[in-house]
Amino acid sequence: MHIKEEKAERHTLAVIVDNEPGILARIAGLFTARGYNIESLTVSEITEDKQVSRITIVTSASPHVLEQIVAQLDRLVPVHKVRDLTAEGAHVERELALVKVRGTGEARIEALRLAEVYRARVVDATISSFVFEVTGGTEKIDKFVELMNEVGLIEVARTGIVAISRGKDAA
Amino acid sequence: MAEKSGADILVEALCDLGVEVVFGYPGGAVLPIYDAIFKQKRLRHILVRHEQAATHAAEGYARSTGKPGVVLVTSGPGATNAVTGITDALMDSIPMVVITGQVATHLIGSDAFQEADTVGITRHCTKHNYLVKDPARLGATIHEAFHIATSGRPGPVVIDIPKDVQVATAKYTRPGPIQHKTYRPQIKADPAVIEQLVDMLAAAERPILYTGGGIINSGPAASLLLRELAKITGAPVTSTLMGLGAFPASSPQWLGMLGMHGTYEANWAMNQADLILALGSRFDDRVTGRLDAFAPNARKVHVDIDRSSINKTVRIDLGIVADVGHVLEDMVRVWKARQHPKPDTNEWWRRIEGWRAVKSLDFPEGDGKEIMPQRAIRALWEATHSQAPIITTEVGQHQMWAAQHFDFEAPNKWLTSGGLGTMGYGLPAAIGAQLGNPKALVIDIAGEASIQMNIQELATATQYRLPVKIFILNNEYMGMVRQWQELTYESRYSESYSDSLPDFVKLGEAYGWKGILIEEMSQLDGGIADMLAHDGPVIVDCRVAKLANCFPMIPSGASHVEMILQTDKVAGTLNDEAKALV
Repeated sequence: MHIKEEKAERHTLAVIVDNEPGILARIAGLFTARGYNIESLTVSEITEDKQVSRITIVTSASPHVLEQIVAQLDRLVPVHKVRDLTAEGAHVERELALVKVRGTGEARIEALRLAEVYRARVVDATISSFVFEVTGGTEKIDKFVELMNEVGLIEVARTGIVAISRGKDAA
Repeated sequence: MAEKSGADILVEALCDLGVEVVFGYPGGAVLPIYDAIFKQKRLRHILVRHEQAATHAAEGYARSTGKPGVVLVTSGPGATNAVTGITDALMDSIPMVVITGQVATHLIGSDAFQEADTVGITRHCTKHNYLVKDPARLGATIHEAFHIATSGRPGPVVIDIPKDVQVATAKYTRPGPIQHKTYRPQIKADPAVIEQLVDMLAAAERPILYTGGGIINSGPAASLLLRELAKITGAPVTSTLMGLGAFPASSPQWLGMLGMHGTYEANWAMNQADLILALGSRFDDRVTGRLDAFAPNARKVHVDIDRSSINKTVRIDLGIVADVGHVLEDMVRVWKARQHPKPDTNEWWRRIEGWRAVKSLDFPEGDGKEIMPQRAIRALWEATHSQAPIITTEVGQHQMWAAQHFDFEAPNKWLTSGGLGTMGYGLPAAIGAQLGNPKALVIDIAGEASIQMNIQELATATQYRLPVKIFILNNEYMGMVRQWQELTYESRYSESYSDSLPDFVKLGEAYGWKGILIEEMSQLDGGIADMLAHDGPVIVDCRVAKLANCFPMIPSGASHVEMILQTDKVAGTLNDEAKALV
């Protein structure tokens, strides 16, 4: 016997939650308990009184499971609302990465040249290294990291995706 | 306003919320609360013998009264022992509030004595849970917990209270109306959707009402409205295990329970229907059988208060998120306002009568001496139904036989562990039901294996003089396991024999119960009469045919029309796909 899997689609969800203790465990735990995927998860307070957080989750699932994910998230008591940004139309996704690169001579010049192409900023420099800050979509950052790998990549820190819908309305 | 200790706030809040009974067990981390209970007279505390039993007793109380069940246990093992019953209440949507003690706030995380991460452990088996670190928040948290446990889709809520929070003092404000920031269950359906639903029902040629525990949770009015809807539409009614009693079994429109051990007519009617109206039921795998063969020609409407129930397993044509009682009320009103004539369902009923004629619940009577378990249930029903008893069960063959052969006329009379399937549920649930309904006849229909899982609760019934009855169908096997081993594993009875059974009569007597042994048919009616005549708790050890199996049955991985009937000879093995299903 073999176990079959349904075809998955990648969706970005925005989850607005009450900022209570354990909320992140509740959400992450829901995904593991019900066998859903998390590709990326970011969380931050978004109101002045620090009472509300916005969680951006990138998940892969079949359309049927995606509907369940949204419904299951919405059912949690501290959740204000859940939006499937991918399903609801145009939205912007951004990620920030800090990329540490080692290099001297030609490699060092090449790293700077590539950074300029990718609009990466130098946020730290030594005689033999740089830390670049780069923002953009996931693909752009993947590509930048791949190029830096050839020049002399040491390590990468990435925020994961944050996303917001286009246009004047809130999610 | 004078400040009160956290323990006093808890007691006062429970009283303010109308709580009369608390099921619990003391321990180090709840001593301040137990002292507060000692000093008051409004709350009645029922001392169980194991924390799991406290949760099932609270479930029995809740299911039979419609009020939330309340549990009080200590930290660590007290809380972990309660986890099974909390999960049971989550699966069956039972309103329950569980208060757990916790080590003092400054000790949390230090692996202190009897410390467990209760909110972490119960996060996924509760509807919601709280760790209260500030006594000033305690009162409002308790009020909110009851609101969440009892509104929307009911469920268990845990409040973990560290010992120092029980001792520290704060001001307490009495409960007022709750407008929760985020939790706002949708109660009423959009009128346009109700119109659409009535159109669909009026146009259907082969409708069926598939009802579930949601009707019972909605309250007695929903059961009456269901009867009204069935009357004006002429539609047949079937129900899940959890929904039994919402529709009277004596009605000619009643098809019996559906699903794995449902009737032939209920499952065939589901398969052949052109419209399935699911009312407070959730298309559980015990109900649907093989999903890709489930009701292939039916349009499906699903009314459920929990949005996540809709489209979870079965594709729905019209989903309605609302309280089923309100939807029934609106449907009946719209139907009547339009003066719809009763649809012509004669042809549909002619076909249903054909399936009914199979008499799928009939069973072989045995040799006249041996008691068939189904006969024992029928005899119990004959002797007691005029008193409208409350029936609880454990889990297994006896549970399914009770569901098939004990007919219910009213809601809140049938208490069973459906979703989780928890052996050991029945005795504590009967204790809880008896406390909530002191005058009612309460019977736990049990198996000899299940009853041993919470047998210690015999003492609880004795202590509080609760006249509960236990009727054990003793076949010396974990019968449902044995039945599956016959169907799937060529009768290799791996560990399913109930060896070294106690003498249940003597065991009962040791706890101060009356014990009755029934060994053959000639003793059955007399034994039941003796049980009913005794004004106190009675345990009946009824020896039944050892190898009887529960039919009809939809084997795992099969569809509604592939039922095994009593008369079919089945044994052997199943393919791996079927073996992998539960």
